[in-house]
Amino acid sequence: MQVSDEVMISMDAVHKWYGQFHVLKDINLAVHKGERIVICGPSGSGKSTLIRCINALEEFQEGEIVVDGIELGPNLRRVDEVRREVGMVFQHFNLFPHLTVLENLTLAPIWVRKMPRAKAEEAAMLYLTRVKIPEQAKKYPGQLSGGQQQRVAIARSLCMNPKVMLFDEPTSALDPEMIKEVLDVMIELAQSGMTMICVTHEMGFARTVAHRVIFMDQGEIIEQNEPERFFNNPQSERTKLFLSQILHH
Amino acid sequence: MADIAQRHEPGHHPDMAPPASEIGVIGWLRKNLFSSPLNTVLTLVAAYIIYLIVPPLIDWAIISANWGEGTSRAACVKSGACWTMIRARFGLLMYGFYPADLRWRVDLTFVTQFIAMAALLIENVPYKKYSAIFLFCIYPIVAFFLLYGGLGLQHVDTSQWGGLMLTLVLSTTGIVASLPLGVLLALGRRSNLPVIRLLSIGFIEFVRGVPLISVLFMASVVFPLFLPEGMNFNKLLRAMAGITLFSAAYIAEVVRGGLQAIPKGQYEGAMSLGLNYWKMNLLIVLPQALRISIPGIVNSFIGLFMDTTLVLIIGQIELLGMAQSSARDPNWLGTINTALAFVSVVYFSFCFSMSRYSQYLERKLETGHKR
Repeated sequence: MQVSDEVMISMDAVHKWYGQFHVLKDINLAVHKGERIVICGPSGSGKSTLIRCINALEEFQEGEIVVDGIELGPNLRRVDEVRREVGMVFQHFNLFPHLTVLENLTLAPIWVRKMPRAKAEEAAMLYLTRVKIPEQAKKYPGQLSGGQQQRVAIARSLCMNPKVMLFDEPTSALDPEMIKEVLDVMIELAQSGMTMICVTHEMGFARTVAHRVIFMDQGEIIEQNEPERFFNNPQSERTKLFLSQILHH
Repeated sequence: MADIAQRHEPGHHPDMAPPASEIGVIGWLRKNLFSSPLNTVLTLVAAYIIYLIVPPLIDWAIISANWGEGTSRAACVKSGACWTMIRARFGLLMYGFYPADLRWRVDLTFVTQFIAMAALLIENVPYKKYSAIFLFCIYPIVAFFLLYGGLGLQHVDTSQWGGLMLTLVLSTTGIVASLPLGVLLALGRRSNLPVIRLLSIGFIEFVRGVPLISVLFMASVVFPLFLPEGMNFNKLLRAMAGITLFSAAYIAEVVRGGLQAIPKGQYEGAMSLGLNYWKMNLLIVLPQALRISIPGIVNSFIGLFMDTTLVLIIGQIELLGMAQSSARDPNWLGTINTALAFVSVVYFSFCFSMSRYSQYLERKLETGHKR
């Protein structure tokens, strides 16, 4: 599916500090509808912080973020509006352990979107089928494997019909044999035309799926390019060093 | 033995019964009572202590006890407990000075409460929603008119309330009102809004730093001094409010402990789905935090149940007070042991039921949280 000209997310001169520490430095980024972006970089480079700013899990002190026409200034007034349209998948899944899988999925549609329960459950089963675990609907998250939990988390976000999906290192907490099942779901999602921003170290995934790979270091966007050129012909020394560390072992 | 000695093809070994010394009564005894020399000694010592205590207790409370009817201590001729006194004073112990011909109203109130609570707390009874609405919205109003009078029912002043009935009124209202208040205080103490946080901290720390006796004393003696002339609140109502606020401060800290155990990821997961502050807390955070806090909350409830005895100092005679005054009656001098034994059994049965129910609740709400 093609990337449209319509801008879905724009970040304009965004700065963020944790106390004295300057975590994000002058971030300028436009994400188009249908575009898939992979953000990589060494730990502590601010990549998670960047995507957490997009759905206002983090405040920022300067600049402006516009998500689907909704403006998020530094004072975060229209937070709930943005969060409804932006799905987020976390490293540690953050499923609700006291609710069944089905209840995890229907909670937000029922309480935030005011959807009737029967309709919400029907939609939830559809998404569970899409992530290939409809048979686990009545179980509690604690009874599932890590890979299954992460797929439930993806389905939970999809139930809100988001316009953008953010992934914050979705495979980093998984056992190696479970990474593929989660990536397969993400690839399927990508093929359906979803706008996605993924923070990940899965370079294979970046090559297959991403329109654009962004490299961050010390709070700055150092380099961005389409995957082919990014991996074969990195421009900056820091990118080269980073790639050599994660690709050659 | 022949079976064990026998060789089997790999993959064809049958399941066999364990050795006789590991199962059944003998296995249990070996494992639990006589597993080591120290354990054997402890078992024998414990058995000796039980031998010293239990038979005399049974003798006092049952075999040599006086069960008959009577009007004074003289009716108790045997050496054991004088249950005769409890029989003679039973009405006072249960209802205090509530008029005898109106005691059916108290009975009706508590039977209704018991049935409604059973409907709400026992798992297999349907219509939970309606039981809850009845118990928390309709029943308190019904109970008020039944106990206090009004709407055509004869007025019974709260100074006439007493005995077990007063204990139950105070503890039930205290428990029902202090839990939501405690939860709000706990949330308030963790709020981002400085005014709410400071008010919550101030209230919790002040109340926890003061003994309940002084709270009750202030409520009954000092508080009226600040009211304008002629304006007065019911004394029992003030005591009730005192007990509730006191207990709420303790519950707030127990619940705050539960809230702190909820990982940040749960908040982020809820927020990222667009849930606002109240929905996030009511649907995601509190159900988990309260489950963790059950042992501490029930601890506070049991404490509150016991603390109701302190209303004695503002002149309200609940179960313990009534038992003591019964034993002080000239007709019944020398029956204080019986009186205290009776009161202990009543208190224990209520508190033990609460404890057992809380354990059942903990098991029921366990959904394999821990990874």
